[in-house]
Amino acid sequence: MQFDVPRRPGRGLTRGIPAVLSVVSAFLIWELYVRLSGISPLMLPAPSRVLDQIVLNRALLWDNTVPTLKATFAGFALSLTVAFGLSVVLDFMPRVRRALFPIFVVSQTLPLVAIAPLVVLWFGFDLTPKVLLVALVTFFPMLVALVDGYAATDPEIEDLMRSMGATRGQIFRSARFPSAMPYFFAGLRISITYAVVAAIFAEYVGARAGLGIVILNAKNSFRPDLVLAAVVISSALTLVLFAVTALLQRVVLRWRDVEGNR
Amino acid sequence: MSVLDMRNVGLTIGGTAILDDISLHLAEGEFLSILGPSGAGKSTIFRLLTGAAQHDSGTITCNGQPLATNQHGFGFMPQRDALMPWRRIIDNLTLGLEVQGIRRKDARAHVTPLLADFGLDGFTDHYPAQLSGGMRQRAALLRTIAQNRPVQLLDEPFGALDALTRTQMQAWFEKRWRTARWTTLLVTHDVREAVALSDRIYVLSRRPARVIAEVHVPAPRPRLGRPVSADAHAIEAQLLEILLNQTGETL
Repeated sequence: MQFDVPRRPGRGLTRGIPAVLSVVSAFLIWELYVRLSGISPLMLPAPSRVLDQIVLNRALLWDNTVPTLKATFAGFALSLTVAFGLSVVLDFMPRVRRALFPIFVVSQTLPLVAIAPLVVLWFGFDLTPKVLLVALVTFFPMLVALVDGYAATDPEIEDLMRSMGATRGQIFRSARFPSAMPYFFAGLRISITYAVVAAIFAEYVGARAGLGIVILNAKNSFRPDLVLAAVVISSALTLVLFAVTALLQRVVLRWRDVEGNR
Repeated sequence: MSVLDMRNVGLTIGGTAILDDISLHLAEGEFLSILGPSGAGKSTIFRLLTGAAQHDSGTITCNGQPLATNQHGFGFMPQRDALMPWRRIIDNLTLGLEVQGIRRKDARAHVTPLLADFGLDGFTDHYPAQLSGGMRQRAALLRTIAQNRPVQLLDEPFGALDALTRTQMQAWFEKRWRTARWTTLLVTHDVREAVALSDRIYVLSRRPARVIAEVHVPAPRPRLGRPVSADAHAIEAQLLEILLNQTGETL
């Protein structure tokens, strides 16, 4: 029996060192290669030049980050709502699940390259098509995670609750939903990494502003340094969202961090 | 009048006869055990009582009334503790009361005075994974008792514990039972446990299950924590022989 044993201090930091080292050395090699080979910055700009571009164009980048973030958040909120709502419906109605699930699977087979222009064609250059595309890309992993998570509920816990006289709704709320949370966060982490990329892709196909537009314009004016500057911002956004998800998971799934659970 | 009365109950699931002919009765304050070989359908009897399955012949009555599916006269303790790993112990203990629609505060107030007797004082804020096997079983038992049901159904409550912990838990349980006198139906395949705890024991045959013996245990209590009495020893030997006959083996 063990209680409140503190984890070894600094373990998280020490574990992060190899990752930091590998990333830093990759950038160093890139920088060295560009400087030593004398390759044109129109072909391959050095990381230092990309950083300079971020600083120089910070106003432009910021103005275009806001719409991308808006599309990402709105799309993700829609996706989360739909995925959760659908998961509940599917859980209570197995027949509907069998009827609808193939449709969701097919929705994931559609190539974004083909669908995005059509969605823009149907819904215009506003926020709507971006929101829809982000939702389309992100909702499936969360839905699958939730549905699988509900199904993974310990049958003995359900039998126990039934013996207590619990209704189907009570069993869902107190047993099936909490059981699904670890699965849900696994799905959420996958979804969140797609979200920003999907928003940028939707902008790339047709928009008035956004990081996708910055990338498109920079590419058309042969400015790989600016393309990469926008890419850095986009990656940073995804990393921040990923970190927020991880943090949220730590809070919600606190019970899994106690001694005795892995 | 019997708290529980089962007459000629039979159950077939998917063409397989699980229960053939089960007749048993349980009086208030009585400790009754159902003993049988593994896979005999002992737990299935509990599934009938908790509404998880429907018998297709015979009758089940509680206090003279037919067992209705919406009538929950039983506190059920499953084989493994089935504590919810995401709930702190206190919230696991109040689960049954919560299901009954009792407010959290009142449910906690109901459970708190019982903590000391169950050795859970100071552990209410722990998660189940932080507790030892014995403590988890005690928590599961308290969760059952806290529901205030007239009959307690215990499905091999000590089966998953190591031998030493099991012995300690049985002695602890006997002590608790002697003060509280819960009307109890215990399912077990442990002969010694059945003899140590029960007033009466029903022995089931292999599947499809029939009651093949009913044995009274008149030995004085407490029976645990001291050498097994000659009476109890004779009963153990008798039960073991019946069970071994069932599995087709001999001593």
